[in-house]
Amino acid sequence: MTVYTLKIDGRDVAGSEGQSIMDVAEENGIDIPGLCHLPGIHDRGACRLCVVKIGGSPRLAAACVTKIAEGMDVVAHDEELEEYRRAATEMMFLERNHVCAVCVANNHCELQDLSADLGLTHFELPRISPTVDVDLSHKLFGLDHNRCILCLRCVRVCDEIEGAHVWDVMQRGLETRIQADMGVDWGDSVTCTSCGKCVQVCPTGALFEKGRPVAAGTRDERPFLPWLRVHQEERGL
Amino acid sequence: MSRPRIATVWLDGCSGCHMSLIDLDERILDIFGRADLVYGPLVDVKVFPENVDVCLVEGAVSSVDDLERIKTVRERTKTLIAFGDCAVTSNVPGMRNPIGVEPLLKRAYLENVDINPMIPNRIVPQLLPTSQPVNRLVDVDIFLPGCPPHPDLIYTLLDDLLSGRTPSVAGARFGR
Repeated sequence: MTVYTLKIDGRDVAGSEGQSIMDVAEENGIDIPGLCHLPGIHDRGACRLCVVKIGGSPRLAAACVTKIAEGMDVVAHDEELEEYRRAATEMMFLERNHVCAVCVANNHCELQDLSADLGLTHFELPRISPTVDVDLSHKLFGLDHNRCILCLRCVRVCDEIEGAHVWDVMQRGLETRIQADMGVDWGDSVTCTSCGKCVQVCPTGALFEKGRPVAAGTRDERPFLPWLRVHQEERGL
Repeated sequence: MSRPRIATVWLDGCSGCHMSLIDLDERILDIFGRADLVYGPLVDVKVFPENVDVCLVEGAVSSVDDLERIKTVRERTKTLIAFGDCAVTSNVPGMRNPIGVEPLLKRAYLENVDINPMIPNRIVPQLLPTSQPVNRLVDVDIFLPGCPPHPDLIYTLLDDLLSGRTPSVAGARFGR
């Protein structure tokens, strides 16, 4: 296997051919934020939080879907990138109705944590305040589109790990929604195995376990997806 | 030099941020040993005074009264702080925004009422079409998110301002 050497934020690092910038950064303890990235499932570069600068390229690249190359010079942190990340995070908040104080994921939310890490203290843009549905038809779980950031971790984990492919995406732009099967209520899905993997990987309160009060600490009680790690190792990722 | 003048304002919020301010406990003596509290729900003053140095604004701007008040506050205040999530993001008051005022009032005052259903139209101020964060309507100098902001954060911020340091809101976050 070919080994490449490259620089991330001025540090000399090395990785194998086929690895992403995100993978190599993680291995070297360099933290690049990401909400759609989750080890064990394929990356898709959806959230744009992991954008980095690559020397010689006029464009920003998503670190999770950009393969490393020999001699690459990557800037993962500077004031301009932080500004872009804050802007991307702000838009995620404003596209749907995120109300941290009364959310099931309050204090267990990657979007909330990220906004604190980035120092996002307020929004300059107006809220869209869309009217969106809450699907409570499943006997164990709920889906609140108000909180969905369209990271599509649920789509990928259901397809790639559980193999059921219940979740997919319908419509476009601001109308984009996660859908079960061909747009049925979750409780009427004939493919859902009720395994709960989608709920476990959801970074926000969009997918949640029923019967839990607000901020009951649902995530703290869960092991961190041991089977995802096993799967990752089996695939040699 | 005269003592700094601090005001607090309670717009559309639950007063939880003011409770968090009171939760400064004995540190409140330190803050108001160095500054005067000239207006707010904790003070019996009816009109927002002139020449306020620092104003903590709790709550979203939801009614015609809120709107009028926040404009007055802005005109008369040097450093305006959006104090807590409702002021910063519109938070819980903003949850009505996708619903609209008319369906909201119908639901609250007609459909769910058994005795004498009627939409209030006297004394209480009219709702604006949407509940907005303070910075959508007037300029805000400092944002202190949190539901409510932790007393330590409030203390640090006020202490910084009274001591002439660059104000810090490090550690502040949405939610609680």
